[in-house]
Amino acid sequence: MTNDELLWRIAGGSGDGIDSTSQNFAKALMRSGLNIFTHRHYPSRIRGGHTYVEVRAASHEVKSRGDGYNFLLALGDSFARNPQEDAYYGNEEVKPLTENLDDLREGGVIVYDEGLLDESDVADLDEQAEENGWHVYPLNLRGLAREHGREVMRNTAGVGATAALLGMELDPVEELMEERMSGEVLEQNLEILEIAKNEVEEREFTHDLQIPAVEDGGNDEQVLVSGSTAIAYGAIDEGCRFISGYPMTPWTDVFTIMSQNLPEFGGIAEQVEDEIAAASLAIGASHAGVKAMSGSSGGGFALMSEPLGLAEMAETPIVLVEAMRAGPSTGMPTKPEQGDLEHVLYTSQGDSNRVVFAPGNAQEAYEQTRRAFQLAYNYQLPAIVLYDQKLSGELINVDEAFFDREPNPSLGSVLTEEEIADAPHHHSGKFNRYRHDVENGVSPRSIPGQEDGRFLVTGNEHTPQGHISEDPDNRINQMDRRMEKLESIRAELDANDQSSQTVYTPDDEAEHQYGIMTFGSQQGTVEEATKRLSDDGHSVKALGVSELLPYPTEEVKAFLDSVDQCMIVEMNASAQFRGLTQKELGGYGEMMTSLLKYNGNPFEPEEIVEGFESSISGDGDAPGHSTTFVPAASD
Amino acid sequence: MSAFSAIETKRDVDQNEFTPDIEPQATWCPGCGDFGVLKALKGAMTEVGKNPDEVLLVTGIGCSGKLSSYFDSYGYHSIHGRSLPIARASKLANPNLEVVAAGGDGDGYGIGGNHFMHTARENHDMVYIVFNNEIFGLTKGQTSPTSPKGHKSKTQPHGSAKDPVRPLSMSLSAGASYIARTAAVNPNQAKEILVEAIEHDGFAHIDFLTQCPTWNKDAKQYVPYTDVQDDEDFSFEVTDRQEAGEMMYEAESRLSQGEVLTGRFYREDRPSYGQEKRHTGEMPEQPLAERYFDDSYEWERSADLMHRHR
Repeated sequence: MTNDELLWRIAGGSGDGIDSTSQNFAKALMRSGLNIFTHRHYPSRIRGGHTYVEVRAASHEVKSRGDGYNFLLALGDSFARNPQEDAYYGNEEVKPLTENLDDLREGGVIVYDEGLLDESDVADLDEQAEENGWHVYPLNLRGLAREHGREVMRNTAGVGATAALLGMELDPVEELMEERMSGEVLEQNLEILEIAKNEVEEREFTHDLQIPAVEDGGNDEQVLVSGSTAIAYGAIDEGCRFISGYPMTPWTDVFTIMSQNLPEFGGIAEQVEDEIAAASLAIGASHAGVKAMSGSSGGGFALMSEPLGLAEMAETPIVLVEAMRAGPSTGMPTKPEQGDLEHVLYTSQGDSNRVVFAPGNAQEAYEQTRRAFQLAYNYQLPAIVLYDQKLSGELINVDEAFFDREPNPSLGSVLTEEEIADAPHHHSGKFNRYRHDVENGVSPRSIPGQEDGRFLVTGNEHTPQGHISEDPDNRINQMDRRMEKLESIRAELDANDQSSQTVYTPDDEAEHQYGIMTFGSQQGTVEEATKRLSDDGHSVKALGVSELLPYPTEEVKAFLDSVDQCMIVEMNASAQFRGLTQKELGGYGEMMTSLLKYNGNPFEPEEIVEGFESSISGDGDAPGHSTTFVPAASD
Repeated sequence: MSAFSAIETKRDVDQNEFTPDIEPQATWCPGCGDFGVLKALKGAMTEVGKNPDEVLLVTGIGCSGKLSSYFDSYGYHSIHGRSLPIARASKLANPNLEVVAAGGDGDGYGIGGNHFMHTARENHDMVYIVFNNEIFGLTKGQTSPTSPKGHKSKTQPHGSAKDPVRPLSMSLSAGASYIARTAAVNPNQAKEILVEAIEHDGFAHIDFLTQCPTWNKDAKQYVPYTDVQDDEDFSFEVTDRQEAGEMMYEAESRLSQGEVLTGRFYREDRPSYGQEKRHTGEMPEQPLAERYFDDSYEWERSADLMHRHR
């Protein structure tokens, strides 16, 4: 077993503190100088059930979850213990041990809490361990926690045991505890951590897994953030001071972060009665002169399609976030999928007149949220940030300086009162809010309360003053002007040096035999897979697309023209991104194959490698049952 | 100088300033009650001394929704049933705006019922006018939530089996702090009530009875009316929730029998939502909208939050 990366999986029941424990552990590893990527898996229930978090830590850069993992800390599901024998969900107590074994690498380490888990419930654990060369350490973590503090502190005991087994220093873990706790709770946790470490250190280890070596000391400059944090902070930095929403997983992540922080920044957060109201409030706040945001996930976003269309027709800028989860309908609330792409592109009546970004990682989530606000307010239309449950919750370390940006208080194409006074008014006295003889399709707006700026907004087709009109010539003028904005935005994005598309080329060669293309959150995983394929001698490069509307036609064409064949990787069953690409490019179908996954788990890099080898280069086994292969159009 | 000088520059406004210079002035049918609302609103705004540029009128869809087209102020003709969420966010963004929302009985009590309940509960400082003609007008005469039981229409050919909603009682239980009913046929009372509603600091709901001479031939039902404040038969304390509730129930029951009771039904002195939000620190003292025009304002950065993530 190599020691260049640790893939530590902590498993237990929801409500057992798996999330917070793993976050602190990941942060401690980051502070000690390692690069971090976390992957969160949890069921749609409050307490109990099988949940785990994987922390990947390496001295090299990590942009994805790994293939399986090499250290299991199985804590047991404390909420599975039902006083009635026939609990509805059955006896799940042992799941944290049994459910995870399929992904544990050869030679991996298992620590399980024998205070909660009974090995005799796992009939073939010994056999499996022998077969796979696993090293199993039963420890009474629960007993230890009870003896020196409270039962819930068994998580801390587990971290102490982990540190002992991996030869890891406790300092960063202790530091974090001191920052987050105080009094008796802190003392007990510190004691339990120490005791667990000492007890385990006295034992004899049979494994050789160690914490990866750190090259340059600590990582003081790094922060551990999720995609949702990056979106929320991007919005705040861009001057967003109004958010309205209704809770829905996984959108709740952004909504919560914004609600907790916005008042500190002088902003307003509103939890409202439904998603129609949520999007409508954002429209109202924006109309009155505030940068506003709302959002939801699949079903909630469906309710927003009506106000979304209003924002397009009325040209009221708003930013909406769509955090995808597996659908249709309620689908799998806590599992990632990229199945809402077409929903977000085409929902609402009439011709779509919106911008859609699909960030590939936390840094892009931050940048593209900012850009979404800029485009929305400069061009007066809705901009949508489309991401998913995977990117929402995964933590990655980012250089703190990356986020230290200038705030942008500009409302975009808004006039001052002096400018309004100089602007030509209609003879009725009304401001020509929707004049069509403008550049880029953008006619500047006024804000209610400004002198002589009054106009009428309407979701009906309207004259330049905003009066309802069904005049055919006016209709064409207004429609063409609104649609012109998209072309202006396309030109602006194309001209932008910071392309939203990431080309990943392991070597300098421009031409490659094969390409892999993906969108949104799978970008990092595809990059990692591409590196491995390249290391194995394949001529392959990758493209992560994160602008979806307007579609980056030129960049994608250039990429496809530089390869012979391309595999499209996405997390849905109907190859929606491939469909969009073919629609936008009008061709290329004969060179595209699809690798799809929609079982509720994001791709592992090795699945992409296997998919590539079997479907494209034809020299591998058929992909596993969790992925699906859709051949090129000409096959 | 403020970025919103229309709000701060007080001047005498002529009622005609609220009349847009457009043709046609309105596309409502001759004899429509909606003209009464428009007239009363112009009169009330002039009386309280509002400048057209400081008023934001948000409307829904339907004949009532066209009010914003015929009333010259900042206007937002939105979508069916959604005037309230748009209006209340505008008020939160700039509390100095005079925000009025308006819609019909289908718009307000049907499709927008959820928003009505919650806007009343939150007690946003705004006026909400519901044009109540007991029919869907612009879609040509279907049964509405306020249509009487047994009402026949193209979509309810056998007669509605539903009891009509009770808008006043709904409003009271939802939490509105000012509730009145008036009628287009009573312009003086309508204007007085609108003035009170504009000056009231909280959610002021006006159930505005408007006749529909085209699709609801029973338009005459709103004449004669009785003002509950003027009639000795009705004695109740307008600030007493229980007495007001009983009076509303009475008024709603009598309406279905053809007897029209109008007037002020409830008034409560309670902090508006904006005041509550400021009190809990969830809303800044300075209107948010002004901040974007304030060059001296120092914009905070999320970098201040980053220590949590180290």
